[in-house]
Amino acid sequence: MSASRKSGFGAAHFILGLSIAILVIVVAVPVLLIFLNAFWANGKFNLTDVVAVLSEQETYQALLNSVFIASGTTIGSTIVGTFFAWLVTRTDLPFKKFMRGMFLVPFMLPSFIGALAWKMLLSPRAGYINRFFMDTFGLEEPVFNIYSYLGIMAVEVMYLFPFVFIQVCGALERMDPTLEESARISGAGLFTITRKITIPLVLPSILSGSLLIMLYSMAHFGTVAVLGIENGIYNIPTLIYERIHESAGSFASIRTGTVLASVLVVSAAFIIWLQGKVLGRGRYQIIAGKSFRPVELKLRALRWPLLIFCLAYIGFTIVLPTVVIFLVGGLKTYGLPFTPENLSLDNYKFILFEYQITKDAIFNSVTLGLSAAFITMFAGVMISYVIVKMKVRGKGILEFLGMLPFSVPGSVIALGVILAWSGKYGVNLYNTVWIILVAYIARYMAFSLKANSAALEQVHDSLMEAARACGATMWQTLRDIVLPLVRPGMLAAFFLIFLPSLRELTVSIMLYAPTTRTVGVAIYTLNEDGETVVSAALAGVALVLIITGQTVINRVSARYQRG
Amino acid sequence: MSYVRLTNVTKQFGQVTAVNKLNLSIEKGECFSMLGPSGCGKTTTLRMVAGFEDLDEGEISVGERLLSSSAKNFYLPPEKRDFGMVFQAFAVWPHLSVYENVAFPLRIRKFPASEVASRAREALQATNLLNVAQSSPENLSGGGKQRVALARALAINPDVMLLDEPLSSLDPHLREEMRFEIKDLQRRYGFSIIYVTHDQSEAMALSDRILVMKLGVVQQIDSPLNVYNKPANKFVFSFIGLHNFLTAGRLSDGRPSLDGKTPLPATLTPPEQIKDDPTLTLASRPSEIDFNTRGHIAATVTRKSFLGEIVDYQFSVHGQDLRVQKSRHTPGPEVGETCGLLLLKPYWFSGD
Repeated sequence: MSASRKSGFGAAHFILGLSIAILVIVVAVPVLLIFLNAFWANGKFNLTDVVAVLSEQETYQALLNSVFIASGTTIGSTIVGTFFAWLVTRTDLPFKKFMRGMFLVPFMLPSFIGALAWKMLLSPRAGYINRFFMDTFGLEEPVFNIYSYLGIMAVEVMYLFPFVFIQVCGALERMDPTLEESARISGAGLFTITRKITIPLVLPSILSGSLLIMLYSMAHFGTVAVLGIENGIYNIPTLIYERIHESAGSFASIRTGTVLASVLVVSAAFIIWLQGKVLGRGRYQIIAGKSFRPVELKLRALRWPLLIFCLAYIGFTIVLPTVVIFLVGGLKTYGLPFTPENLSLDNYKFILFEYQITKDAIFNSVTLGLSAAFITMFAGVMISYVIVKMKVRGKGILEFLGMLPFSVPGSVIALGVILAWSGKYGVNLYNTVWIILVAYIARYMAFSLKANSAALEQVHDSLMEAARACGATMWQTLRDIVLPLVRPGMLAAFFLIFLPSLRELTVSIMLYAPTTRTVGVAIYTLNEDGETVVSAALAGVALVLIITGQTVINRVSARYQRG
Repeated sequence: MSYVRLTNVTKQFGQVTAVNKLNLSIEKGECFSMLGPSGCGKTTTLRMVAGFEDLDEGEISVGERLLSSSAKNFYLPPEKRDFGMVFQAFAVWPHLSVYENVAFPLRIRKFPASEVASRAREALQATNLLNVAQSSPENLSGGGKQRVALARALAINPDVMLLDEPLSSLDPHLREEMRFEIKDLQRRYGFSIIYVTHDQSEAMALSDRILVMKLGVVQQIDSPLNVYNKPANKFVFSFIGLHNFLTAGRLSDGRPSLDGKTPLPATLTPPEQIKDDPTLTLASRPSEIDFNTRGHIAATVTRKSFLGEIVDYQFSVHGQDLRVQKSRHTPGPEVGETCGLLLLKPYWFSGD
């Protein structure tokens, strides 16, 4: 009796220890090193240097830019996302299902590839749209300069608004329709109901989506890198990159980087805290069982105009940039008009079969993505299991550590990983693929924890207790009961990591070496070097990979849900 | 004079006819219940009266006011109908205080501020909510929330109150209490109630008249007593109260028999209008059967359970089950014993 008790205790503690170790090594140490480098100089706590760094003109401006761009993006995305969500859930807009699917497409498109496309369309001199208007109508000035705050915000809104859209759609669909019906029978018209009942009830969901966008945009690298640097617009992540990249790891640049990274971590933590507050306070019990379909607002005369508006929006923000990427990828030289004699598949052949840099990049991204997804999936299921299901002392530490990946943006991870794995502490992974792998695991741990704990929470304790009562040991229970039941969650985690890592830019751009470029890095650097057509062709290949992957997953998960 | 009138009301959902040619008139101040299993069309009917569903055929009107008419292509939206309505899932707005919930219909109608206050106060007083007026309905129990919904429906002093299973989300003891409160409010304010429920005892306790519905077709409209004592058909009999059904055939001389050999006693003779039907159902209520040596039929006890106030017996009558409920003070047979059963109030229906 006492012997079996002892061994059970040991196993639980072994898993707990391993889980803590993984999170400490992968996430906590890098973040800690960043804080240490920022606030600790010459053996003591040092705030004056931090203030000095922050009050430098450039860092100060980058901070302001991050906040400014994130605010604009958040406001724009919230309006766009809420409006479209309301349109596809609460009105009689034609083809609602299809529209709903289309509005989610930007989720899977990498925003820096979108930014690249918009650069090709709207850069002040060379952009196709600007040139078209200047040539045709003899305009002196470009129609729109994408290298501007407004341009950056517009592109970010196009790719980020689904965060609000999906939250609000969910809230509107789950809402008990009788809440609105009782307002109707009280004498309120549909407009009043929307204003006084519906919007206030889904406000927590709107805000939580908005804060998610704020968090994402503050720490967003790609769009600002592609569209801002040209005009001297830097935000926090792009300035960190610029400093580390240019000065090759000098003390001063590391210093600036860590201070900026600390600012990012603190603001991210604040935003996440705020989001928890909003959701906690506003989580109304607005979900009920029996229900008829909610009342649909009849758009009447506006029905078709609004459909055309939606289609135009989708055409302009999704189809147009995607098509431009593929077309430019087919051009002999950037800037030529899109005529049949200028277009060919040569660039695609070149990047897939001849060009060493792009061939390496594709190989690196696929292998990195697969290994990161595989490792993170298993680590995530173990850590989630401890957090959700196990009752051991010391779990609190793990719960705290488990929150960490959610609030650490990509550029912070990259910087932290450089600090931790550059040989200062005995292991030097710098300039190898391994450092990118470690960073990917840290970056995507949050996805895996989320998917796996959601799956584990569905497995009721009594299912495991029943197995134990039938005579199964803890390990047998895990193998025969728990793992099969959480397999959908694990699969979800795998793809949630594999697909984004195919297009990852923020982390890899800080960590790559000449032979360890990823697809994202290759697209970005080729474009910087003026090899626009090759870069576009590679972006096209990446889009095909991502869209194919996503379609396969949607099919598989649909079958999972049905069967 | 009838007040709420439904004439030939029909509603289709795709291929399914949810309500079929329903004719109905409800008096002013009457409490009228619609009763039936789920999917029988009772809720759809209520929603057509409320205006949440349009109708495919027929007409609905209240007093002189036309609400919906397919022939005249007329449909008044719910917000213009001036009804009070209470829903099953409470549907009180969590982002507004109790007071603001109740004041909402008054503000929508642009009553002057003083009248909003006085009417909301009155409705809150009538439902015993004055002391929680400023708190959030989230902090109230299910019964409290349903009171808020009731107060909100009362606020405009409607002529017609629509209640869609208002008590079925509540605990059983609360249900009984709220039942009487609703009845009290009706007496005080004099509105008509259209009440949808699947709980027959609720309908019995509250209503002046009951409509029993099945698959969109009216089975019976009558007073609670008549629905219980004079059921129009076998469905109504089975839906209201506990029931026993015994299938009977005919002997060659035409007399009904349970086993195909011995005729039933003359006291158990089917009524005139179904005397020629080959198969019959002999129905009875478990509480309306006595043990008697000179009983109508002989039966053997197969199960006997003590339920507290009553004892529940299961008998076997020529292979068919029959339930009897007796007060625990009445002596009765034990399992395996055979005795005579006297059906105090037999009902006959055609077919099995």
